[in-house]
Amino acid sequence: MLKCRTVWKKLAPLARASSNVCRQNVRRTGLTNGRIPAHVPAAHMSTGPAGGGRENQLYILLVGATFLGGGVYAYRTVKGDQQRYQERIDEISSRPHRVATQVPAAPILSEPPAAEATEKETVPEPEPEAAPSPEEPSPPAPDTEVVAPSETTEPPPADEPVLEAPPEEAAEPPAAPVVEEGVDIVPASLKVPSHTPYLLIGGGTASFAAARSIRARDPGAKVLIVTDEPDLPYMRPPLSKELWFSDDPTVTETLRFKQWNGKERSIYFQPASFYIPPEELESAENGGVAVLTGRKVVHMDVRGNKVKLDNDTEISYDKCLIATGGMPRNLQVIERAGEEVMEKTTLFRKIEDFKSLDKVSRNINSITIIGGGFLGSELACALGRRSNESGLEVIQMYPEKGNMGKVLPEYLSNWTTEKVKSEGVKVISEALVKSVTCKDDKLEIQLKDGRLVKTDHIVAAVGLEPNVDLAKSAGLEVDSDFGGFRVNAELQARSNIWVAGDAACFYDIRLGRRRVEHHDHAVVSGRLAGENMTGANKPYWHQSMFWSDLGPDVGYEAIGIVDSSLPTVGVFAKATAKDTPKAATEKSGTGIRSESETEDTATSPVASSTPAPAMVQHKDDYGKGVIFYLRDKVVVGIILWNVFNRMPIARKIIKDGEEHADLNEVAKLFNIHED
Amino acid sequence: MSYCRQEGKDRIIFVTKEDHETPSNAELIPEDPDDPYEEQGLILPSGDINWNCPCLGGMASGPCGSQFKEAFSCFHYSKEEVKGSECIDNFRNMQECMQRYPELYPQEEEKESSSQAESNSGSVSATPTEGSALPPETDSTAGTSTSESTVSSDSTSPTDNQIAS
Repeated sequence: MLKCRTVWKKLAPLARASSNVCRQNVRRTGLTNGRIPAHVPAAHMSTGPAGGGRENQLYILLVGATFLGGGVYAYRTVKGDQQRYQERIDEISSRPHRVATQVPAAPILSEPPAAEATEKETVPEPEPEAAPSPEEPSPPAPDTEVVAPSETTEPPPADEPVLEAPPEEAAEPPAAPVVEEGVDIVPASLKVPSHTPYLLIGGGTASFAAARSIRARDPGAKVLIVTDEPDLPYMRPPLSKELWFSDDPTVTETLRFKQWNGKERSIYFQPASFYIPPEELESAENGGVAVLTGRKVVHMDVRGNKVKLDNDTEISYDKCLIATGGMPRNLQVIERAGEEVMEKTTLFRKIEDFKSLDKVSRNINSITIIGGGFLGSELACALGRRSNESGLEVIQMYPEKGNMGKVLPEYLSNWTTEKVKSEGVKVISEALVKSVTCKDDKLEIQLKDGRLVKTDHIVAAVGLEPNVDLAKSAGLEVDSDFGGFRVNAELQARSNIWVAGDAACFYDIRLGRRRVEHHDHAVVSGRLAGENMTGANKPYWHQSMFWSDLGPDVGYEAIGIVDSSLPTVGVFAKATAKDTPKAATEKSGTGIRSESETEDTATSPVASSTPAPAMVQHKDDYGKGVIFYLRDKVVVGIILWNVFNRMPIARKIIKDGEEHADLNEVAKLFNIHED
Repeated sequence: MSYCRQEGKDRIIFVTKEDHETPSNAELIPEDPDDPYEEQGLILPSGDINWNCPCLGGMASGPCGSQFKEAFSCFHYSKEEVKGSECIDNFRNMQECMQRYPELYPQEEEKESSSQAESNSGSVSATPTEGSALPPETDSTAGTSTSESTVSSDSTSPTDNQIAS
């Protein structure tokens, strides 16, 4: 700036001088000859007095120099910027290659030098392709480079054809894990469609129900299911019930069971021939359902409508369903107890858990189930029945007072506990686990009240943690009260994203916001999500139900909110001489029959006693009945206790949401005295 | 006579058969047959086929789904004397497709399924307005086995309906 001022100061007198000279000349010529003033400056420039000419020349020189200087400066700045930009782009593009080279670098070390040489050659090959030299900023390359960082650290698509060639070359050196990896990366993207109209994340009950719904409503729909399990979609309830009662010694392989109507079927919803291979999905004329097993979705880009798998493949979608279910919870004391204890602990949910528990239970003397809910009680009964033959000691422990303590009212929970005990299970109620240690290859469970339980194996059935890993990358809301993805009454999280099954915390128009972990809910919500993905726009309205069987005497179906903390009204059929537990099961056809003679005789004296107050009958026989769960005098939940085929009536009562003055009158609708 | 007792917040009532003989005076809200939220039966209020009906099992969604839909639609809208007589080709296509997947469409039950589906549509299309008023379970009762347990077994075994229907 100072420079400018000094220059200007120097220029100023010169400017003044030159302008004075000009004016003087003009005046002189003006005085002498009026005609020539126009030409005077020009003439003056070329033929003026010597002193004035030199000054003018200097002036011209200065102006010219300034222009030149400015021009040079501008040029150099622009050039420098361009170079800086190019360097930055090169740096970014070199990053994915650095990562790619690092990963193969490790296995490369174990490679024969020949393979190493070819690998090193082939991997750097894409690099010069991807990173154009600064001298030639080729327009297409910067485009792909710019795109690449915004997506992922994947090599730009342009490189894929190049990468394809090297793995083929590198395939020649034998037994190369790097080759496998290189081959994996590219052929995987060949196997998996890069775009699917319907993407279902998770391969369980809800997902399958949605797939079926979509295919029914959208002709020729192409549905891709991505699951991290190795199995095709299957149903879970038999894993803790029917499969254990099977007489077939190969049941762990066939996974077939007998239904209540005597018919046998597999736990898989459909055999493998129902599905089409993922690579054929895009070209399938009539569409179909493809299942991609063993792959986990790790990242979800909601804005870009695409997901990324654990092998870096990307799949874009039009509509997406998240049906990721959940993972079994574990007790903190077990997690902290160390490797030895964890090895002897089973968290039960999948087919592989069933197989391993079946195997383990045959080879040990004592097994303990921690948890008194549905899963815990069902497994306890199933294993308890086995104990009759094998002499296995089955222990069940839980913090509540009785089995299903959080579901059934106390009197019924106590009654159920007695039934579980009669199945051969040692029940330890009001048990809080303080610590678990492994001593002499046996587990020692220390309870807070001082009791010590020694056992060989633990099954922890203490709840389910909904799988919301994708919430972070997808930017989806997670519910703080119930867990799971928060969705509206139509199971929608965002415009193109729905959630169903165990992982969905949804708004139930009748019963309020809730999250349900039952099989029928997975079917109902999966179907609804599928309908809404094909444009139905229907809310959750058809109330799902659930059921449980705990041996030959205890079978119930339930619907709605069945929480033991709510006030209940139970209406039971009075046991007469004719009613016996055995008769009830035969009539109801629960399909699980293991009666013992002793049981029959033990209860009949109680049954035949004439109507009397409860004090005399200290063991009430809750043979069959209906239990209403009330919230603000409205029925929000119903249990059908050993009465079957009445679920539509129960569903209707909950749907109405009316206040009924006399629930006995409502109970009449169920005809509990008949079959 | 019935007796009743209270255990804390829980009330327990024991009733005899005689107690429950008098008809109930509990009031239920009448059903709206055109309620869009309700699960529809096999035939929608508009007269179209509800391909997502649980009673159809997986028939409309499997590999032979499109053939099944064509055949069944043709039959449903058929106005001939002998209903469906012009749909022979469609049914043949469907049968050929199903023969390619014996695992999914076991042969002897497939005959059951087409006849069940026909009888379903026959009985329900005769009374279209009533048909949609019937709870969906009775559609499946007409089609498959006996009961609401079917719907619960529909949930346990969605394909049971498919095999049986």
